[in-house]
Amino acid sequence: MASVKKISVKKSSTRKAPRAVPPGAPEVHQLVENAPVIVPSPRYAKTRSAGVKSKPTFMGFRRENGRVGVRNHVVILPLDDLSNAACEAVAHNIKGTLAIPHPYGRLQFGADLDLHFRTLIGTGANPNVAAVIVIGIEPGWTQKVVDGISKTGKPVAGYCIEQNGDHKVIAAASRQAKEFLHWASELQREECGADDLWVSVKCGESDTTSGLGSNPTVGNFIDKMDAWGATTCFGETSEITGAEMVCASRAATPAIGKKFLRTFQAYMDEVIEPHKTSDLSDSQPTKGNIQGGLTTIEEKAFGNLEKIGKKARYVDVLTPAEQPKKGPGLYFMDTSSAAAECVTLQAAAGFVVHLFPTGQGNVVGNPIEPVIKLTANPRTVRTMKEHIDYDCSGIFRREMNMNIAGDGLIDMCIRVCNGRQTAAEALGHRQFVLTKLYRSA
Amino acid sequence: MSSPDFLVHDSTDVVGVAVVEGIKKGQTLTGWVMDKDKTIKIKCINAIPLGHKIALKTLKDGETVLKYGHDIGMMVSAVAKGGHVHTQNCKTKRW
Repeated sequence: MASVKKISVKKSSTRKAPRAVPPGAPEVHQLVENAPVIVPSPRYAKTRSAGVKSKPTFMGFRRENGRVGVRNHVVILPLDDLSNAACEAVAHNIKGTLAIPHPYGRLQFGADLDLHFRTLIGTGANPNVAAVIVIGIEPGWTQKVVDGISKTGKPVAGYCIEQNGDHKVIAAASRQAKEFLHWASELQREECGADDLWVSVKCGESDTTSGLGSNPTVGNFIDKMDAWGATTCFGETSEITGAEMVCASRAATPAIGKKFLRTFQAYMDEVIEPHKTSDLSDSQPTKGNIQGGLTTIEEKAFGNLEKIGKKARYVDVLTPAEQPKKGPGLYFMDTSSAAAECVTLQAAAGFVVHLFPTGQGNVVGNPIEPVIKLTANPRTVRTMKEHIDYDCSGIFRREMNMNIAGDGLIDMCIRVCNGRQTAAEALGHRQFVLTKLYRSA
Repeated sequence: MSSPDFLVHDSTDVVGVAVVEGIKKGQTLTGWVMDKDKTIKIKCINAIPLGHKIALKTLKDGETVLKYGHDIGMMVSAVAKGGHVHTQNCKTKRW
């Protein structure tokens, strides 16, 4: 220690003007709050500049069935609540795999059970997932989920806990998960077009700035991407209340518009009417919505619809977690307006990247589908900076118009598709929330 | 024009939305009517928080409130021009 001290004294004494920090190196501050956040200059290739009408491309993972993913997860998927612990243990053993625990899967029946299977199979089948391990309490339903996912051609394996116990299952599934991880980590991205991209949209903790700024920015994105052959999806049945006739008029044909109105009415008759106590003014709009200046559900609904742009027409109405089958275009899906439930259903239908405009600052994320947050609310940009991927508050200062705001969002979306981690991914938001239609038997 | 204080979606709307923080009672505000790209001025008679609505004309009890050019509910008590429109005086026609 003494000799080290000597050398350092000698060194500094020979300098004419000693510097605490050499030029270019960041200073280590005694008080961490004085340390600035370093933002390295971007190294990504700019995909498009504002106003250029070229079809964007991105680097994605083309899967066995031809669909394209933007992430490369090895998922450890529990069939039911009882299998969460084993799945989490496997994900702990094999770094880089992802367990997605959830609270359901026992004694469900009828349409509710169908939706459970559709959501789990769809989650495993999503092109953001390279390979899947399914763990269930018993082999029957586990096999059903394995069979459904294997139709995509991707590697999948299933294990059951009954008569084996957690230890044996965790050991066997971990060995398999390690092989899947080695295999998946060697897959390469390739150049893909906008027509390979499936984008879902849903807004949350909306306020009036959503309808004015961030939602029409998403609408501009949808109009442009629709013309380039992308597959897109909006939902939120209850949040169209008051604007349902306008929404019906945005269908590609009158028959599709009628299908939407039947779905909307069924939701009103089967969910809202039997279960409401007085009115929904405390739930829709939410307390956060009201705080942000939204007064009524109708006001919220018209703001919500700004997300589907001005030109795009939806080509079909999907049941929850149903895969689109009519080719490229905009789809409506019958979903709850709760953020995580809606995004989980859209991801299960095969959407690979999500646009989430917010006003007051929703923080939702999804385990397999990256969620891009944008806001036009200048206060939210300031107070919740770490959650916002794209700031379009310049619209209100007239620094950007919708065309420029939309182009900027396309650019951010392509960067995320190329691998940029979103705020929600970085912060670990993985809300995987299954929609339950009614209580179990 | 410089940055507006409030925005109006549609020229038929009877309310505008504050897009800046800290609007105080008695301030004269500049508004941007987006569909017509027109500038309007109005004196507010209440403080209007960011994102909240301001009455562009006097609204009577029971009057329909138009925003986005559409019916978004009705007044349940009157408000004068420049006043704050929210849950205290405006309600849904649904639920």
